[in-house]
Amino acid sequence: MTEGQVIVGLEVHCQLDTRSKLFCGCSTDYRSDGPNTHVCPVCLGLPGAMPVLNKRSIEYALRVAKALNCSVLPESEFSRKNYFYPDLDKAYQITQYDKPLAEGGYLEIEGDEGGEKRIRITRIHVEEDPGRLVHRGSAERGKYSLVDYNRAGIPLIEIVSEPDMRSPKEARKFLNKLRATLEYLSVFDSEKEGSLRVDANISIKGSERVEVKNISSYKGVEKALLFEITRQKSLLRRGQKVDRETRHYLEARGVTQSSRSKEQEHDYRYFPEPDLRPLHVQSWVEGIVLPELPDARRERFIAQYRCSLNHARTLTGELRVANFFEKVVLADPVGLSTLAATWIADTLIGELNYRNMSIDGVDAPGFMELLTLIRQGTITDKSGIEVLRVMLDQRLNKQPCETPAAIVDRLNLAKTSGDPGALTVAIEEVITQHPKALEDYRNGKSGAINFLVGQVMKKTRGCADPGELNRLLTEALKQREAG
Amino acid sequence: MAGHGITFEPDDRYNAFLTTCTKAPHGQGKLCGIAVAVKDNISTRGIETTCASKILKGYVPPYDAHVVGLLRQSGAAIVGKTNMDEFGMGTTTENSAFGPTLNPHDTARVPGGSSGGSAAAIAAGMVRMALGTDTGGSIRCPAAFCGIVGLKPTYGRVSRYGLIAYANSLEQIGPMGRTVSDVSTLMGVIAGHDRRDSTSHDRPYTHTPKGDIKGLKIGIPQEYFGPGVDPQVAAVVNKAIGRLEELGATTVSCSIPSMEYALAAYYVTCTSEASSNLARFDGVRYGPGADTKRSWHESFRDVRRAGFGPEVRRRIMLGTYALSSGYYGRYYAKAQIARENVKKDFTRIFSKVDVIAGPTMPTIAFTLGEKSEPLSMYLTDILTVPVNLAGIPAISVPCGTAEGMPVGLQIMGSPWEDERVIDVAYAYEQAVT
Repeated sequence: MTEGQVIVGLEVHCQLDTRSKLFCGCSTDYRSDGPNTHVCPVCLGLPGAMPVLNKRSIEYALRVAKALNCSVLPESEFSRKNYFYPDLDKAYQITQYDKPLAEGGYLEIEGDEGGEKRIRITRIHVEEDPGRLVHRGSAERGKYSLVDYNRAGIPLIEIVSEPDMRSPKEARKFLNKLRATLEYLSVFDSEKEGSLRVDANISIKGSERVEVKNISSYKGVEKALLFEITRQKSLLRRGQKVDRETRHYLEARGVTQSSRSKEQEHDYRYFPEPDLRPLHVQSWVEGIVLPELPDARRERFIAQYRCSLNHARTLTGELRVANFFEKVVLADPVGLSTLAATWIADTLIGELNYRNMSIDGVDAPGFMELLTLIRQGTITDKSGIEVLRVMLDQRLNKQPCETPAAIVDRLNLAKTSGDPGALTVAIEEVITQHPKALEDYRNGKSGAINFLVGQVMKKTRGCADPGELNRLLTEALKQREAG
Repeated sequence: MAGHGITFEPDDRYNAFLTTCTKAPHGQGKLCGIAVAVKDNISTRGIETTCASKILKGYVPPYDAHVVGLLRQSGAAIVGKTNMDEFGMGTTTENSAFGPTLNPHDTARVPGGSSGGSAAAIAAGMVRMALGTDTGGSIRCPAAFCGIVGLKPTYGRVSRYGLIAYANSLEQIGPMGRTVSDVSTLMGVIAGHDRRDSTSHDRPYTHTPKGDIKGLKIGIPQEYFGPGVDPQVAAVVNKAIGRLEELGATTVSCSIPSMEYALAAYYVTCTSEASSNLARFDGVRYGPGADTKRSWHESFRDVRRAGFGPEVRRRIMLGTYALSSGYYGRYYAKAQIARENVKKDFTRIFSKVDVIAGPTMPTIAFTLGEKSEPLSMYLTDILTVPVNLAGIPAISVPCGTAEGMPVGLQIMGSPWEDERVIDVAYAYEQAVT
């Protein structure tokens, strides 16, 4: 490793998508309900209440351990992490400390230098989520804060990586791959608010390591790391040194801020949780049959649907997208797969991100119909995008949803190839309106023709068939040249 | 059940109760209409439960402890909550925030602790039976001092769900009563598996005590008659053991060398666990509320400072220290090794004998204020704590008096042999009455 190299390791906390909490029977489906409605003596930490381990959460965690190639320990143990905080009902968190569930695995990502790169996994352990504080006004200036224990006791797994990532981009890729893997395992739902939180350890080779806590979005990881690298590098450039410390990521401002030193001096006084017995679950691992994971599905998409590597990567990078793709091409894999891959990977995902929409909100039969219209040549690609946008906006705004054909009709987007007269008129108008372009064309400037094509497209609102337009425009120009 | 109930208006001159239920409803069953008192660290739905601490004043649990549910199902009338050392931390019941309980045999003396209220209520005839809890002798000590019977069951035999934890890995809820039969009956109600307590086992208790102990082998550990044990107490207990021999038992001398470290291991373990268990009392969710105008840590500190008594604060600080990074290995981890050694000693002895017998307490009941120096009080637990460290069953049965005060005979058994220690106690009781 060269001097100045960026070194990143991640600690990822994910909520396991079980139906009940880690140590009681309360439902985990609290997000649309009022505060403190999914609670009981156990998750409120009432005196005398005792934890009972949810078997399902261990099964889920073992699935993850197996998928990440970890070895499950013959005996693991829950411990208490003691600290005071108003959202922590028992004033300790039940977690795993020196005997975690699993150790020593890896996850393969696409490395910055191309090809697959292995990121080693140090350990996986299971723990409970604390409650949540709701601040009235800002945390510092508000008169009071409220506490909601609905989240208290939601099962989490913490996945700790080795410091094997060399850039924020690799960290992002690791996280995306991890998310995909967890979703393929049906143990995690990335669309649930707050279901993922990341702490990042970052250093510049040869300097101290900084821990950045409180990153709660996928994009946030890359942004926080970029900020931190810039900060550390500029310190070093100025001849200063990087302090070993814990910093918090402030999502709204995109910066990291040093935590007060008090918080670093936490002594969690770990000791084994006496109310739970040690876990002996190594033998359960054999019985776990893993589903198809992202890498296998990517290879299958390439083989079965002739997807390009990049498309296959994008499509299989999220479970919902991969499922959507297969639903769309189900009726006609041969005819639609290439078109569907291109449209989903290159267009649909971008449009969804722009609207902050889930692919679950897209109607697969409608999308398939749209692809068919494009494939049959009824509409141009450009019109296709317009139809798609209308479809998504109608969904998003909860308006009545039209079929793609109806949208094409209403907006008069069908290709004008059936009416060459209109196109010829448009071409004539454009040439007349842009004498400079005609001049340029005559002088052999190749850009001129592209400019004119663009103008005609604009005039016909994208409905012109590009082949037809090219042919007619070239003819018209040749005539002018001759004249 | 609707319509059934008893009126309970005792003359509580010994301050045995923190709460009394004047009209106590009851149902049908084994304990139909029997007045049962419950130690105040066991959660009772709708009845204030304070652990004799100011920090839980006004706390009314919204749920019943598992054992309380079983009591209700068996028809018992829960007539009140008994006084105790705050959170179970003490050997005298003087560490109650609501005043000490007095020994009905001599009101200048303590009833023992921490289940002193339950023992005094039985000794004074206010109730026939009661629930206590035993972390390091808290059932057996007051049973011995008040002249009643008390059983500390095998760890895991009785569910702890709803018992406000002091030291989870050591404590058990157990039955207390005037006679061994009553203790056995109550044990039959409360023992058995509860899925809400992961440390509970499926070992129900369906035994009826038998008085035949012919051929029984009793181990007599020399440490139970060594220095620190009052010779008068030792003499009373020796006489009682002689009585067991007359009934056909044989005695073997034995030794528990690990007892040298038992007290230290016990106090490190229980204070460590307590420091964590008692951290939740911060005024946010129950008990006297926090001052919401202060920052959270200031208000936590004030609530805890005002709410905990001196002995509780002392043990929280000791436990916090013992678990601190850099000290864990020196204290907590070492205590667990010592604990294993105590277990091994018992296993070794029980491979040769059926039960072990000795005094429950090294002395008779102390006078009020006699053990105000903490260490001198801790030292009096020496004969009871090995049982908790090993998780084995032990019973204290009255076996005579010294200076006019009751003395307890302690019978200890192998894990899950609660029936056997009850049988031996029953045999003794039948022989002397």
